Amino acid sequence: MKIHEYQAKGILRQHGVAVPRGDVAYSAAEARDIAVRLAGRVVVKAQIHAGGRGKGGGVKLADTPDQAESLAKAMLGMKLVTPQTGPEGKVVRRLLVEEALERDREMYLGLVIDRASERAVMIASKAGGMEIEEVAAATPHLILKETVDPSLGLQQYQARKLAFGLGLDGALVSQAVKIMMGLHRVFEATDASLLEINPLVTTTSGTVLALDAKINFDDNALYRHPDLRELRDLTEEEPLEIEASKFSINYIKLNGNVGCMVNGAGLAMATMDIIKLAGGEPANFLDVGGGATADQVTNAFRIILSDPNVKAVLINIFGGIMRCDIVAQGVVQAAAQVGVKTPVVVRLEGTNREAGQKILKESGLNFTVAEGMKDAAEKVVSLAGGRR
Amino acid sequence: MSILVNEDSGVVVQGLTGKEGAFHARACKAYHDTRVVAGVTPGKGGQLVDDIPVYNTVAEAVAEQRVNVSLIFVPPAFAADAILEAAGAGVVLVVCITEGIPTLDMIRVKTSLARGRTRLIGPNCPGIISPERAKIGIMPGAIHKRGPVGVVSRSGTLTYEGVDQLTRRGIGQTTCIGIGGDPIPGTTFIDTLALFQKDPETRAILMIGEIGGTAEEEAAAFIKREVTKPVVAFVAGRTAPPGKRMGHAGAIIAGGHGTAGEKVHALLAAGITVADSPAALGETVEKVLKERS
Repeated sequence: MKIHEYQAKGILRQHGVAVPRGDVAYSAAEARDIAVRLAGRVVVKAQIHAGGRGKGGGVKLADTPDQAESLAKAMLGMKLVTPQTGPEGKVVRRLLVEEALERDREMYLGLVIDRASERAVMIASKAGGMEIEEVAAATPHLILKETVDPSLGLQQYQARKLAFGLGLDGALVSQAVKIMMGLHRVFEATDASLLEINPLVTTTSGTVLALDAKINFDDNALYRHPDLRELRDLTEEEPLEIEASKFSINYIKLNGNVGCMVNGAGLAMATMDIIKLAGGEPANFLDVGGGATADQVTNAFRIILSDPNVKAVLINIFGGIMRCDIVAQGVVQAAAQVGVKTPVVVRLEGTNREAGQKILKESGLNFTVAEGMKDAAEKVVSLAGGRR
Repeated sequence: MSILVNEDSGVVVQGLTGKEGAFHARACKAYHDTRVVAGVTPGKGGQLVDDIPVYNTVAEAVAEQRVNVSLIFVPPAFAADAILEAAGAGVVLVVCITEGIPTLDMIRVKTSLARGRTRLIGPNCPGIISPERAKIGIMPGAIHKRGPVGVVSRSGTLTYEGVDQLTRRGIGQTTCIGIGGDPIPGTTFIDTLALFQKDPETRAILMIGEIGGTAEEEAAAFIKREVTKPVVAFVAGRTAPPGKRMGHAGAIIAGGHGTAGEKVHALLAAGITVADSPAALGETVEKVLKERS
């Protein structure tokens, strides 16, 4: 799960990590009030779940509360397009108004799960304000790493090593160490999967602060963090994906015209791939769950067909322990209930396959029965209007 | 031979009294008389599920029955604890089916297991089967057949797809392992490849990967160095968009890395045969088996 910058900074503040003073505004008037309270130059930052906001005009300076108000007025409701949002952009609904600081240096600080070493790793770099992947590719010697021992946690000496490595000295070292230790506490306390401070800055007045903040949480751990679940902003998510998640269906919307309904995530990905190989474009990823019960298939049909681009649907179920005749009955029942008009290609595999295929053929509904994945992909691509 | 499990394996099912646990314990037992000899559900010790005795702790089950494998069906909030309990009781192989265990829990579990001799398969996996010998998992037994191919995969149903294609061509399997779709798996591709390489009955290996992480790249380097048997690989998710979790917790292209393209490139560079289509898994394995015989 992703959260907004202002929410991430709130969490950091609670754990003793230095962040600029500021608050969230939902209206121009609120933005003005915050600017008045902060008494000085402020920065108005659009809050969307995507990076690169500065490049799209989503981060602006205001010298006076009046200016902050008019900037906020212009920004709220606007479609912000950044390198990470795609061409369609994202509507700005919230702003962070915070004190503007005279920065001296910009650095990078992050904490991620390194899947290769199976440890949390803290990453620091002198090259702040840029995408860390680009820094790693172009100037790998500027990337500093400290691996966290899971039974000990991040140690002071490791943080010191990183702070000195960043070229900090004097009082700045202990401030940076405090931030790093706090960051690790946040990581553990929230079950984060990624934490990024980009940039971490030193100011001309001699302080170290987290000027930006990004936290992603491990979805698997949200059950034990009811407070963090409250931070979810549904307006940032694809409505069909939210709808699917209510039924424990994994659905991801894509741009093609062949809807897919598959049991199992790996098979669902492979089904998308084979549609592409057959010359079509998948409209979605959808894992209907291991069982593929009538209820789940009904819900999945509704979600897939809510996408107006879908011209044909491929159902690929590897029955396994679930019998194919039961799955077929469920598919027929669901299609009738939803009133499916779109052509549907069904590939069933597993126990009682023939019985399942017979049920589909005799249903009187618009089903095409396929043998194997290749045949299924070719049939559905042709029904969706042929190769693109 | 097969790897890790065979007709001598004695299984304790943690979470046997639950709906899923009972259903699959029955299916495992029904598959070539896999020795499912005990169950564990705290507070339900003394009960029987289909003649299988239930104990309160894994330690009791181990003391009373000949157990060397645990099969776990407990909910995600209790699964890490269940794995550690099995390891603490001296069980050498733990197969965890549970999906949804927090990543930080898994990091702690793996750190603890590294100090002992327990191997974990999963979590978030279909389990392990040595065809016609023993089934310890949730896969459909009937699609499997005993034979020369070792199968290892990060997926569930896509593994069944691969196995089914093999069996339809008359090609059997030594052992099929689902290592699971999580970012921190107990057993990796490399662990499994090393075991298949040593197993005299395994003549070829089918490895099914997917987007996310670098497990396929690491496997490619390992195969080049250590594996002399032919390996056929497939990577699911060539059409997956970046930044989106494709069902499995571990299937995500992050920071531009973990793409199917990168993985296929690494595998091809290591001289491994890569099947382009998920419909060509059986066909490709058949081809490499013929070339080598």
